[in-house]
Amino acid sequence: MDQEQIMSIVSRAAKDVFGTMLGLEIEMGASFIEKTSPPESQKVVALIGLAGQWIGTGVVGCTPDFACRIASLMLMAEYPAVNEDVLDAMAEMANMIFGSVKTELEEHLGALGLSIPTVIFGRNFATRSVGQQAWTVFPLKAGADEMELKFCLMPNRDFQMSPRALRAHPMVVETA
Amino acid sequence: MDLNVLIVDDSAAIRKILVRVLSQTDLPIKQVLEASDGAEALKIVAANDVSLILSDINMPNVDGLELLTQLRGSPKWKDLSVVMITTEGSQAKVLEAVQLGAKGYVRKPFTAEQIKEKVLACLNIPA
Repeated sequence: MDQEQIMSIVSRAAKDVFGTMLGLEIEMGASFIEKTSPPESQKVVALIGLAGQWIGTGVVGCTPDFACRIASLMLMAEYPAVNEDVLDAMAEMANMIFGSVKTELEEHLGALGLSIPTVIFGRNFATRSVGQQAWTVFPLKAGADEMELKFCLMPNRDFQMSPRALRAHPMVVETA
Repeated sequence: MDLNVLIVDDSAAIRKILVRVLSQTDLPIKQVLEASDGAEALKIVAANDVSLILSDINMPNVDGLELLTQLRGSPKWKDLSVVMITTEGSQAKVLEAVQLGAKGYVRKPFTAEQIKEKVLACLNIPA
């Protein structure tokens, strides 16, 4: 899969989630490759893993103010500061955006599993993927607010399909 | 017919949204119960007269498909209505859920209308 295809999949997923769950129209910026992630000044970041024949990580990151706005729109309540609900809303954004990305990728890359999301809120921290894999960064804007989606994906050389996944896979026919 | 509805999702945000959506329907809901995974859901089902379950698939401990398997394996709960509400959109997962007896399937992100439609259809109530 090339960069343009992935950009198109991530963009579609982000627009769908922002539009459907928050009623927000977003504008995607030009994607770019980031080899080392700069330290974040203050951010809320949600990470989610993909695993199967390919493995990867999706990241959703924004300022605390935008995270509070997202939670307020999603849960229809006021959130002036980051709390459990705001972190949970950010985790669900990562789950829905990269869940949709996963579903589309499966058509090209085979069955993939999605991890439970992890959320980090703090200042002066950096995220990086172990190994040489670079992140593809997808900036987006919702009015004055900005967010970054990051994604990395690589082939899983140790992949073995579980018996349950094999049974559920539509392309697998069990024989006696 | 007063309904006890059980929402099963590890995301408190999604549980809150679904509680709100259910409160906006005209359904005669007596109680909305919540569980954060399938194991907790099974305990709640055992202790309450649950009429409908709205469940996620990807959850820690006991996931939504395992929950469905255990419900269908019990003579008491084999006909309990279950609607899956999940990010899992792959054909294989949808097929597996349907084969295990899910009566509806809604993909996240969802609108309130989609949830209402599935719940009404699942309970055989005209929209």
